[in-house]
Amino acid sequence: MAAPLSVEVEFGGGAELLFDGVKKHQVTLPGQEEPWDIRNLLVWIKKNLLKERPELFIQGDSVRPGILVLINDADWELLGELDYQLQDQDSILFISTLHGSRIGAGSTW
Amino acid sequence: MCQVGEDYAEPASEEPPPRQPGREQKCVKCKEGLPVVVIRAGDAFCRDCFKAFYIHKFRAVLGKNRLIFPGEKVLLAWSGGPSSSSMVWQVLEGLSRESAKRLRFVPGIVCIDEGAACGLSPEARAKALAEMKLILQTVGFPWHVVALEEVFDLPPSVLRCFAQEPVGTEGAYKAAVDSFLQQQHVLGAEGAGDSPSLAQGEEQLSWPCTQDPQNPQSPDRPPTAAQTEALSRLFDSVKTLTAKEELLQALRTHLILHVARTHGYSKVMTGDSCTRLAIKLMTSLALGRGAFLAWDTGFSDERHGDVVVVRPMREHTLKEVAFYNHLFAVPSVFTPALDTKAPEKASIHRLMEAFMLRLQDQFPSTVSTVYRTSEKLVKAPRDGCAAGPPGPRCLLCMCALDIDTAAPLYLQTVPRLLGLRLPCICPRRSPPPHRPLHPAVLQGWGGCRAAVGGPGPARGAALLSQGGPPSPRHRAAVLRLPCEHEGLALPGPPAALHLGRGPAPQPEGLHRAADPGVPG
Repeated sequence: MAAPLSVEVEFGGGAELLFDGVKKHQVTLPGQEEPWDIRNLLVWIKKNLLKERPELFIQGDSVRPGILVLINDADWELLGELDYQLQDQDSILFISTLHGSRIGAGSTW
Repeated sequence: MCQVGEDYAEPASEEPPPRQPGREQKCVKCKEGLPVVVIRAGDAFCRDCFKAFYIHKFRAVLGKNRLIFPGEKVLLAWSGGPSSSSMVWQVLEGLSRESAKRLRFVPGIVCIDEGAACGLSPEARAKALAEMKLILQTVGFPWHVVALEEVFDLPPSVLRCFAQEPVGTEGAYKAAVDSFLQQQHVLGAEGAGDSPSLAQGEEQLSWPCTQDPQNPQSPDRPPTAAQTEALSRLFDSVKTLTAKEELLQALRTHLILHVARTHGYSKVMTGDSCTRLAIKLMTSLALGRGAFLAWDTGFSDERHGDVVVVRPMREHTLKEVAFYNHLFAVPSVFTPALDTKAPEKASIHRLMEAFMLRLQDQFPSTVSTVYRTSEKLVKAPRDGCAAGPPGPRCLLCMCALDIDTAAPLYLQTVPRLLGLRLPCICPRRSPPPHRPLHPAVLQGWGGCRAAVGGPGPARGAALLSQGGPPSPRHRAAVLRLPCEHEGLALPGPPAALHLGRGPAPQPEGLHRAADPGVPG
């Protein structure tokens, strides 16, 4: 049984375009049976935060290739990628390095 | 490893595969720090070692190639994106070090406002520009912001290939560096005791003022609505996203080179990263630009003659760039691209990017392998061209044409595949005296290669060269060649078709082939 967690989810490199242009999201993840890990977080993001075009952010159960994930300013590859167990007050940053995902102010796309 | 007789009944162990580094591991470089980023396959670096590694790579690429002479004016092409922003930041840091390790060239920044091509509203463009100017002022180099609409005002001289500067020998570079250092030393000794020698050196280099040294012809005036409209029309007339991307790149390159020439810059630095170049290499192959890979993806690109394009970020992967920018707060501005939010199969570029990144995910050495292959590409002149006069060049990318003049089969099949409604390839033996400038070069966008099998209606090569007034017969004449040779009736402007004739009568403006049997 996992207690509710408060984490900060941030998007950069143009990924914020898919989230109404909002870069930082302070989210409270509800308590649930399984512990919260990145895999579950992605499912939660897809359901609750992602406004459009999920295929541009998520592929399968992971992020699309080209999107970097930093957990507390460290590469997620060092922390187990999808299996990293979230802790309270963690900061997860998704940076898109994809060409077409650059955002502009008031973009019409 | 698999072995005969090994028992596979047990489930896979819970530990991660051995190649994945864990947080408990130390930095591979200093063996002390806590690693923050994984570079390549399994090398974990701590923050400080990563910074040193990143900066060292940038300096090493510049130092290894020895193309940028001390005191040279170098234009940095900044798009606002992460790679070019990182490059600008590296130059900024490199110029501010103590004199022995300082970068020794004089930088300027050019930024192209492509809002019209991407369909941005004027307010959005203005807002993006304001953000960019803020950063430009922070950086402090002389900067030039140019709207893409100005490509319509470019003089025809941009299409001319200027004589190439002879490449300096190893000895010449060393001599230049030595004399520069001597100068610095002398100035330092002569200078007053209070002022540091660095400031003296800067004055000697005539460091331009950091006020707004914008193009005096167009101060802060935005492009006219008519120009924006014309640019939108141009891009709308191009049917496929692939072709739009290529057109945008060609126009952008011409504009940057023009700015460089106008303001006396002899080098242009672009922020193409390793990942981006690997994708570009594969995309170029798909687009039929195999002959020009060495120029498109190499460190230096001398096709324009007087201005050389260099790519100092070509050894940095996008991951490294993104991490560096985040960890060390490098400012960048995001501007929308032509293919923002486009689906994966919208263009060859997008498809190739998705392919490469997906492969890189599973096989982390993909990008570096492609990059290493691109390093081996050699810029060899075509047979017979080295000694003779320079051959014709594509108007759009300024590469020497890779058309084989003795290949009639190519002439027959390619135009047929392309539907013959468009200007097709016209071979020539040697540069003719008067070659008309094709008026439809921007309308019937093509390139110097045949995009056979491309995603949309493939366009033929709008090959030609600079010169006199456009000839209305030229286009018709070019259409005539292949069908005439075969005696077929093919669609096209009726006035242009001359069916059932023998060897093509030479239309005016085209060079007469020595051998009438060969079309051309």
